[in-house]
Amino acid sequence: MSDPERSEQHRKWHQQLRITLWTLIIPPTAWAAHFLFSYLWAAISCAKTGRFATFPVLFVGGTVMALLVILFSGWLAWHKERTPGDPPPHEDSTEVDRLRFLGKATLLLAGLSFVGVVFTALPVIFIGDCQ
Amino acid sequence: MILLAGCNAHQSTLAPFGEEARSTYWLTVTLGIGALLIAVLVGTLAWRAAHSPGNALDHRQGMRLILWLGAVFPTVVLTALLLFALPEMRPLPSQPGDLTIRVDGEQFWWRVQYESGRGEPLIGANEVRIPVGRPVVFQLAAKDVIHSFWIPGLAGKMDMIPGRTNRLIVKAEKTGRFRGVCAEFCGLSHALMAFDVVAMEPSAFDAWLVAARTPAAVARGRTRGAALFADYGCNACHAVRGTEHDARIGPDLSRYGARTSLGAGTLPPTTGNTATFIRDADAVKPGARMPSYPMMPEDEAHAIAAWLKELK
Ligand code: HEC
Ligand SMILES: [Cu+2]
Repeated sequence: MSDPERSEQHRKWHQQLRITLWTLIIPPTAWAAHFLFSYLWAAISCAKTGRFATFPVLFVGGTVMALLVILFSGWLAWHKERTPGDPPPHEDSTEVDRLRFLGKATLLLAGLSFVGVVFTALPVIFIGDCQ
Repeated sequence: MILLAGCNAHQSTLAPFGEEARSTYWLTVTLGIGALLIAVLVGTLAWRAAHSPGNALDHRQGMRLILWLGAVFPTVVLTALLLFALPEMRPLPSQPGDLTIRVDGEQFWWRVQYESGRGEPLIGANEVRIPVGRPVVFQLAAKDVIHSFWIPGLAGKMDMIPGRTNRLIVKAEKTGRFRGVCAEFCGLSHALMAFDVVAMEPSAFDAWLVAARTPAAVARGRTRGAALFADYGCNACHAVRGTEHDARIGPDLSRYGARTSLGAGTLPPTTGNTATFIRDADAVKPGARMPSYPMMPEDEAHAIAAWLKELK
């Protein structure tokens, strides 16, 4: 492990969080959920009010939430990815390589998902039409 | 040469005469130039990579190059394009009093209704007239299958879907004669489903709108053509203002003489072509929803055509 001398208790809270294949898919999942949310929000709010909302509070809130989730998992991944170890490729079956690989992959996915969410949200806000 | 054959000024997104088409045109130009610059950049980088000695870049520098040129640069460019293009995709602003033109796509022609204020709408076919400089609201629908209403020089296309009314707001900026087409395959004569577009000065348009409602003087005349029109039962489908013929199945022929095309942009509307069309519409437009009259003598077809040509 990276710092074996530190005991579990002395680690910061975020260092206790583990990253796994499951946490790897958090950013793209947030992106997908936000994508679905955009369609649902537009359909439901248009059907209910008959026109595009002047201030789409709920939509902006949902978007900010998706971005925060992605930012958080990216930040976490960035920390894990900085675990000292060999340069890439991280292909040995050691704990360090596993961490560094998952960290880097999650970080890249988080970047992509962040841009994906922004590119989904912009049309909704800018076109602002119910047709 | 084949590409040049597509060049013209009356049906082209590259010869815009409306607000929306103009911004689309500039977006296309920007994208074209941008794509060219990026192609040159990528080519130069590839050439340099192939011609520089091995290990000229270390791993870190290579990764940095990928990060900035491969991820950050495209993201910034795409975001900028998105921010530029999205506001253009908004419908143009319009007020309740604006001129509304309802167009129905039918196999294989266009029913056109000008609705302005109170009173009966003015009915026409296969020709759309619009004033320059004023927003015009098109209400687009279809009777049978899906069609698509596209005036390339004016605005983007809009589908015409049975059971639904789509809105397209346009604003012409230049006067002239242009052309629109059906942009959704709709049957045998889909390729022969076009229409004429006339963009007019607002004052000329207002005058036309009033004049068009007054029936042509010859409509009521007791000519041979007028009599034959009724004898052959053309009035089962066609209306002519100023007569008792008011059927709404086929195109309104009240101002056929003022049209610049026959059969929805298919042929020049000469008397000869009109007579040919009347006797055998299916030969001119396969699948046309107008019966053929193979037994009709040619001179009778000519007489009807001559009468129709006088309806202006
Ligand atoms: C069953 C209905 C029907 C009858 C009857 C009929 N037509 Fe038509 N007619 C149509 C339809 C539908 C079209 C549109 C065809 C197309 O362009 O696809 C049409 C198109 C036309 C056009 C071209 C209009 C334009 O805007 O370019 C002319 C001219 C015409 N008909 C004349 C006649 C005459 C003359 C007769 C009688 C001899 C006749 N029609 C009988 C349905 C009918
Ligand atoms: Cu069509």
